Amino acid sequence: MMRVQLSIRTVLVALCSLSAPPLQAQSAGIPVKNLAWADRLTWGVEGSAASRGGTAPDAGRWLDVQLRAGPGALPPDAQRQVDAMRIVREPMAQLVVEEDSAIRAANAMTDPDQRKAARDAYQKDMNALADEARARSILRALYGPDQLREQMTWFWFNHFNVHAPKRDVRAMVGDYEDTIHARALGKFRDLLEATLRHPAMLRYLDNDQNAAGHINENYAREIMELHTMGVGSGYSQQDVQELARILTGVGVDLKPDPPRLKPQWQPLYVRAGLFEFNPARHDFGDKHFLGHDIKGRGFAEVEEALDLIASSPATAHHVSLQIATYFMGDTPPADVVARMEQAFRHSDGDIARVLRAMIGAPAFRASLGTVFKDPAHYAISAVRYAYGDRVILNTQPIVGWLNRMGEGLYNHETPDGYDMRSDAWSGPGQMATRFDIARQIGGGSAGLFRPPGASADQPAFPQLQNALYFGGLGTTLGQPTRDALAKATSPQEWNALYLSSPEFMHR
Amino acid sequence: MPPIQRRDLLKGAAAFAPSIVAGRAFAAPQAGSRLLVVFLRGAYDATSIIVPTGSDFYYQSRPTIALARPNPADPKAALPLDGDWSLHPALKESILPLWRQRQIAFVPFAGTDDLSRSHFETQDTIELGQPVGGSRNYGSGFLARLAQMLGRDDRPIAFTDQLPLCFRGDPVPVPNLGLTNVGKPIDRRQTAIIESMYGKRGQLAQSVAEGFHVRETVFDTLDQEMKAAGRGAVSSKGFELSARRIGALMRDRFNLAFVDVGGWDTHVNQGNASGYLADRIGELGRGLAGFVDALGARAWGSTTVVVVSEFGRTFRENGDKGTDHGHGSIYWVMGGDVAGGRMAGAQVALSAATLNQARDLPVLTDYRALIGGLVARQYGLSADRMATVFPQARPADLKLV
Repeated sequence: MMRVQLSIRTVLVALCSLSAPPLQAQSAGIPVKNLAWADRLTWGVEGSAASRGGTAPDAGRWLDVQLRAGPGALPPDAQRQVDAMRIVREPMAQLVVEEDSAIRAANAMTDPDQRKAARDAYQKDMNALADEARARSILRALYGPDQLREQMTWFWFNHFNVHAPKRDVRAMVGDYEDTIHARALGKFRDLLEATLRHPAMLRYLDNDQNAAGHINENYAREIMELHTMGVGSGYSQQDVQELARILTGVGVDLKPDPPRLKPQWQPLYVRAGLFEFNPARHDFGDKHFLGHDIKGRGFAEVEEALDLIASSPATAHHVSLQIATYFMGDTPPADVVARMEQAFRHSDGDIARVLRAMIGAPAFRASLGTVFKDPAHYAISAVRYAYGDRVILNTQPIVGWLNRMGEGLYNHETPDGYDMRSDAWSGPGQMATRFDIARQIGGGSAGLFRPPGASADQPAFPQLQNALYFGGLGTTLGQPTRDALAKATSPQEWNALYLSSPEFMHR
Repeated sequence: MPPIQRRDLLKGAAAFAPSIVAGRAFAAPQAGSRLLVVFLRGAYDATSIIVPTGSDFYYQSRPTIALARPNPADPKAALPLDGDWSLHPALKESILPLWRQRQIAFVPFAGTDDLSRSHFETQDTIELGQPVGGSRNYGSGFLARLAQMLGRDDRPIAFTDQLPLCFRGDPVPVPNLGLTNVGKPIDRRQTAIIESMYGKRGQLAQSVAEGFHVRETVFDTLDQEMKAAGRGAVSSKGFELSARRIGALMRDRFNLAFVDVGGWDTHVNQGNASGYLADRIGELGRGLAGFVDALGARAWGSTTVVVVSEFGRTFRENGDKGTDHGHGSIYWVMGGDVAGGRMAGAQVALSAATLNQARDLPVLTDYRALIGGLVARQYGLSADRMATVFPQARPADLKLV
């Protein structure tokens, strides 16, 4: 019992003192404010003993570690699951090429039954690759020590959304998320280019089909509108068309060898994995973009355009507003956003600095506990609370819950990503669904401890009335919730009611 | 759970939202009126579906994706509507019969004055129904304002997994429920305990109460339908399944509804008589026909369905046998009592000179004027009341209802 409280406190105390409030008596359970900090800066308070977080650092150091360290190691039980995945054992380019050969071979089969069997096998493989990526994503959110990075990975994936079912994106989506994960707290400009160079994005927004004489504006438009400056921020239809021209030739190539090119184009050819810039498909005319003349000369035009976009004040504003909305809820205070914008501009788009500016704002602290959880926060926080560091053996139930709540991983079809406004998730039908899921999570192990292929769960029960609850969380509940919990006739019902409470719906 | 009047819930909210309640106008809608708004998200390529086959310019602009001119001997040819326009052949069994019964009209050159050509921006524009150019209030959608206007007689619902923007902002939360997966309601004792934690006030409390209520209503209705249909039940899936269920639910339970259908953003290889877009539009047509069937003839007589999309696509095909973001679209208005079988609203001959920005269809009928005009006629709402639903818009009376 003592160990539980201490280990949780190591993280929580550190979180609490971010704004340097005096620490409350450490022997009298966990200070309530610390729980609120943990609920906001992590994927949710952990409900059992956890020694991750190391020795008790001071607050500044905790945040430093979160913002500056590279991705941390998962606990061994989670890492073992990840290590067994095909998406980890094989490079993405190899996966995509192998699967591409498989479907080509299948389509070439003359026997209809064989062809169907081969096509089904291909679909199964592709689905398995996307499922592995989902499983890893959930394990990282649940158990990754760098919780701010994990939240920002979800945020950025949603910001630079791709839809897994499109074309061969399923084989790419794990690597795409990994690419974002590695850059989630770095420079925005790097992240932007990393998504631009990723075949998942180029496939998803059709830029692999954007070529001189065959202009496709889709990706160019979304870069301006969603990824960077934001709609209505001053660019024109003409700018979109010019960016589309700049992006001609930026695409995906699965063939091992470069294409045969005229000698003068050969030095301009760029290839990295499946990413390709093919000068033969590029529009070499000069462009006029965002008020600047851009000399037609190849991929360097793209770099120049990204520099212009990333350094635009509109981008600093749009990105800051999006981050603030994600963490602080609808209509974040304008002064917080302004502070973040300033940090963005003064740091050359350093995401960690932007986050620090937000977290340090008094209004951030004041907003703790007021943000309605989106489905991902709801499901992940419930499992973190229920099982703490006891690593689940099967992420499939969580995948299913997210799908039912309408926020399935890699499942948003359009590039705007999932809505971050709370009223997008708190409609009557959505609340009813959430209460169903509360009953499933609260009622037992719910498939979370069923090893893949097994027919039954290993024994596990979500003990929500736990040390954390008695040690402080219980005192945060309003009287109506306490009265309701007192009516529970079984531990299962107590759990379902707790997970259905208005307090648990907020972070 | 006893049947509750949605507006009874409001009494609890009245204490903290007096201005909204005080401003409510109570209308006397036409008995049994129903309105379903169908939103095709992604900007459907209207001129591939309602095809200007009378225009040579259309064939010049679309060398690979145009639909063939009407020809009874060619099953891939478009089906003639009038001298200028034809219908996509995938709608032969579903929508063409409605046209022949004069129960559907198409409104070409319809859309918004939003020229952002952004899906999301323009979808929001339509759902909010506010004047373009001013600051937007994301907490006030046009269907929510209409629901408020209809007062006690409204029974609105969004058949979507998320509450759409158009229905946000009603002080009494509008229920939403996706219809592909309707779960069994939880027991009443637990329902009551959960509701007690949320109290009686506030949006979330009302959302919780409404959520339990609507789940039970929908589950019971669909359960009865299934038993009634028995072995003869139509086996359908996707939008067809949802649309049939919507028909069953709108017969008696709900009268103001919204549903959306995605997947129309055809930048690449959209096909013509067959292919991706043909499959999508075929499914939509079968769904709408299924809706009419499930609703039943009596209710259909007092029902209006409006099909909208955020904008049209480029009049010329792009380099990838697809189309890019455009402007004017073609909306559909259907109903048992609709004066259909015609192309409604202002039109202009299609030529390079009449295109908007040399790129896409101009907008001659504003969506707010169109829907405002329909709703005003259907519900008997005066212009000043409509001004609450669509501020600064002048309803257009296209004599459709």
